Amino acid sequence: MIRVVLPAHLRTLARVDGEVTLHVEGQVTQRSVLDTLEATYPMLRGTIRDHVTQQRRAFVRFFACEEDLSHELPDAPLPDAVARGVEPLLVVGAMAGG
Amino acid sequence: MSKVRVLVGTRKGAFVLKSDAKRERWDVSGPHFAGWEIYHLKGSPADPNRLYASQSSGWFGQIIQRSDDGAKTWHQPGTPPGEPTTTPEGMPKGESNKFVYDTSPQTGKPLTTHQWYDGTPHPWEFKRVWHLEPSLTDPDTVYAGVEDAALFRSTDGGRTWHELAGLRGHDSGPSWQPGAGGMCLHTILLDPSNPERIFIAISAAGAFRTDDAGRTWQPINGGLHSLYIPNPTAEVGHCVHRIAMHRSRPGVLFMQKHWDVMRSDDAGKSWHEVSGNLPSDFGFPIDVHAHEPETIYVVPIKSDSEHYPPDGKLRVYRSRTGGNEWEALTKGLPQRDCYVNVLRDAMAVDSLDPCGVYFGTTGGQVYASADSGDSWTPIVRDLPSVVSVEVQTLP
Repeated sequence: MIRVVLPAHLRTLARVDGEVTLHVEGQVTQRSVLDTLEATYPMLRGTIRDHVTQQRRAFVRFFACEEDLSHELPDAPLPDAVARGVEPLLVVGAMAGG
Repeated sequence: MSKVRVLVGTRKGAFVLKSDAKRERWDVSGPHFAGWEIYHLKGSPADPNRLYASQSSGWFGQIIQRSDDGAKTWHQPGTPPGEPTTTPEGMPKGESNKFVYDTSPQTGKPLTTHQWYDGTPHPWEFKRVWHLEPSLTDPDTVYAGVEDAALFRSTDGGRTWHELAGLRGHDSGPSWQPGAGGMCLHTILLDPSNPERIFIAISAAGAFRTDDAGRTWQPINGGLHSLYIPNPTAEVGHCVHRIAMHRSRPGVLFMQKHWDVMRSDDAGKSWHEVSGNLPSDFGFPIDVHAHEPETIYVVPIKSDSEHYPPDGKLRVYRSRTGGNEWEALTKGLPQRDCYVNVLRDAMAVDSLDPCGVYFGTTGGQVYASADSGDSWTPIVRDLPSVVSVEVQTLP
């Protein structure tokens, strides 16, 4: 199972507490994880990626295993530890509040 | 006994304020959608328990929320609570947050740019819903005014949205420019006597009218005079802040422009200034008394760079003559050291007798008057900055 940590606002929208776990078919990539996430929680469509272009929203970042994956290609494999469910994929909103 | 429900959108959530017809004691609930910007929420005239809310965030984009029980519970219309979130084929259900400009050959012209602040072409980019206007007759039909300026409509209770692209496809579309707050379609007025007629206003393109339910549009800015644009009497380019009408006289419109308070007696074909003796004719909201079509309200603001009341005195101005002759309404409002603003969607009236008038400030106060503006009382004083105020009068 793939573990995903959502920011608080998106957990509220998806009506979930804590981590989300997903069963992802095939290779574990940003795209496949986000496709599965949005299929499971369609209320999140458009909140992480643009509805049409599927590009990451400007103030949203992806991290895992202490690496910034925000600028990786959507179809690049995620770290093995994420694929094995050892580490979560972190969806993070840009810092606000000063 | 009748009741009143005031719907307040703020920078950090929505609040619902309820009272009986006396409008003296208020029950305050919220924040709903805590932490999100709520640009607007409004109830359906055809079903007062049906409410729509625009929830947005610079991080996570646009969300549409709907309540079917008078703001007790909310859901995204594409994914009602308790229902499967996917179709039997596994596809996500509902597109209620999806606002995509129509560029199809059939209904949308392939417009790709408007003007940016510096006059260069800029692609249309959806940012948020500024205003939701439910149909006067059908709870499942609702219009959305969005930034970058366009008009969308849902006929399935907010599940899906489709652009009325004839507006953006008007010949002037490529020349529209944003105002300081963005290029927003912020006002939608539905003509109660003619379902084919809709008025809208855009900052900073101006006002437009359709007489064929949104297929074609015409600018209705004749008589506007704006010194801040290259051609002060141009057909488009005026920074209209708000338009209001009384439902008994849909051909008579009142406008608060960037500067100037204006009036039209011919459904927007021509306008004339009615600023009269106002201390400043800059401002944002304008509204009409529920029972007196010639009684209108504005909140003068000092200037386009000094967005606070003149002299630090928060004053609503009322004209009982449809403009030109204005009286200051100050009883109960702060008359010293007050430097809040009142935004364009942050004033509303109820339909009780006497008419109630309400407005919210960027300082988080929501003021109510149960006597047509003669006196005011703050319902709440310390909300987040108020973006919008709507009122429902309930049986």
